Amino acid sequence: MLKVENVDLYYGDAQALEDINLHVDEGEIIAIIGANGAGKTSLIKAIAGIHTPSKGSIEFRDKDITRLQSSAICELGVGQVAEGRQIFPSMSVLENLEMGAVIKRARAKEKETLDQVFEMYPILKERQSQAAGTLSGGEQQMLAIGRCLMGQPDLIMFDEPSLGLAPAIVQEVFRTIHQLNDAGLTVILVEQNVAVSLKLANRAYVLENGHMTLEGSGEELLHDDRVRQAYMGL
Amino acid sequence: MDFWTLANALATGLLTGLVYGLSALGLSVIFGVIRIVNFAHGEIMVMGMFFALIMFRWLGLDPLLSIPLAAAILFVFGYFLQSTVISRVAHLPDHMQFLLLAALAVMIVNACLLIFGPDPQAINISYSFDSFDIGENLIIDKSRAYAAIAAVAISGLLLGFFKYSRTGKAIRACADNYLGAQVVGLKVSHLYALTFGIGAAVLGAAGCVLLLLIEVHPYLAPGYTLLAFVIVIIGGLGSMTGALVGGILIGMSEALAAIIFQPSMKSAFSFGLLILVLLLRPQGLMGKSVK
Repeated sequence: MLKVENVDLYYGDAQALEDINLHVDEGEIIAIIGANGAGKTSLIKAIAGIHTPSKGSIEFRDKDITRLQSSAICELGVGQVAEGRQIFPSMSVLENLEMGAVIKRARAKEKETLDQVFEMYPILKERQSQAAGTLSGGEQQMLAIGRCLMGQPDLIMFDEPSLGLAPAIVQEVFRTIHQLNDAGLTVILVEQNVAVSLKLANRAYVLENGHMTLEGSGEELLHDDRVRQAYMGL
Repeated sequence: MDFWTLANALATGLLTGLVYGLSALGLSVIFGVIRIVNFAHGEIMVMGMFFALIMFRWLGLDPLLSIPLAAAILFVFGYFLQSTVISRVAHLPDHMQFLLLAALAVMIVNACLLIFGPDPQAINISYSFDSFDIGENLIIDKSRAYAAIAAVAISGLLLGFFKYSRTGKAIRACADNYLGAQVVGLKVSHLYALTFGIGAAVLGAAGCVLLLLIEVHPYLAPGYTLLAFVIVIIGGLGSMTGALVGGILIGMSEALAAIIFQPSMKSAFSFGLLILVLLLRPQGLMGKSVK
């Protein structure tokens, strides 16, 4: 479904990613783990078209998307729940959700999708006219996920969805990811919560200082000594 | 000074202020979304004034009827200005963006000088010297009343566009969270160009309306750029209602200055108000404070 080959990414002179290779098959959950600053978010942004790689190629469903604008990539069915949620704080909850459905692929079924999102997160329906910035952290995360679903993506990239949330809500978020995957969505999950995400993932990649250093099934990496030492403190 | 002199001055100030508010909206929209300070603000508005002048001279068209065409032409001008020129300096430091727009301002003023000459030019329409007499003592110029009504109508359209239309909401989303807008797949550069186009269209409309009230000449422009800055800072940078409220306040303070002291004191009053607001409420009357 998604194929990243030999990708380099620079911010000015600073190299964020070097020779990244990764592939995602339809229906998988892929975890990307790594320390802060390892390049996880950069990789997500490169796939989403927010940053353009200086070298290498990114293909989605056999279409080259390396140099496409972020809007065109969303249009192909690549959605994102970004790090820090990136909601529109001064706009209402409903307007935030509407913005998720501005892309053309989402317009036809906007109403149905909205109903589904409200069914999934009734609290968003209750607070639909409230400014999104006044929601709690957990509710904002629900809004970010709901907004992404409004775009009816086939692949969702979650970037640190559990960051700054209470444990009970983190559980809820992971359950959502599992459910979405069951419903047929392909998932890329970037997480600091390594143990949980490896359990959830079919396969996982380890990023270190902009390099891909390990790759394997979630189960393998869960028992890999290097991973256990470096990321799980075992 | 009796009550009716004061009432007349305040009514005149209020009506003029609504036109100022419309003009300041153009600045506020552009700054609020693209974070570009449009130093060619007054100049673009003067383009609108000259356009309305030409239409009046050639076709005898009332400036208010020139509004749609002036707005359309300046919308296209603004759209291409943003998408071809300004977008290229978006990543540069602020002062370099200022230079670009200040240069544009100089070019517009001089182009107007070349074409229209330096002399003030006025129009004479059928109702130029008519007035509405309310009761015995309150006299309101017809042209000023029409100008204010047009300004309110256009401002209302603009606020409605940003509140209710999908495109308007998408533009607000870009202003609210740029990265968020990219994340949901909004066409940010297109929306930015639209925003500049809309800002310029508002100025075109404001220019047409203003021609009902004053004579036009190229050197008018820098003064109106400054006035619009004063208004949006008083009202709160980036706040659209703030621009309207600021416009009304400035219009009324100018009118008061003219009757209490003398007309040439009006700028001193505006700047005095500006200093007062900066001292007491630096984020502007309707602005949000940034911590």
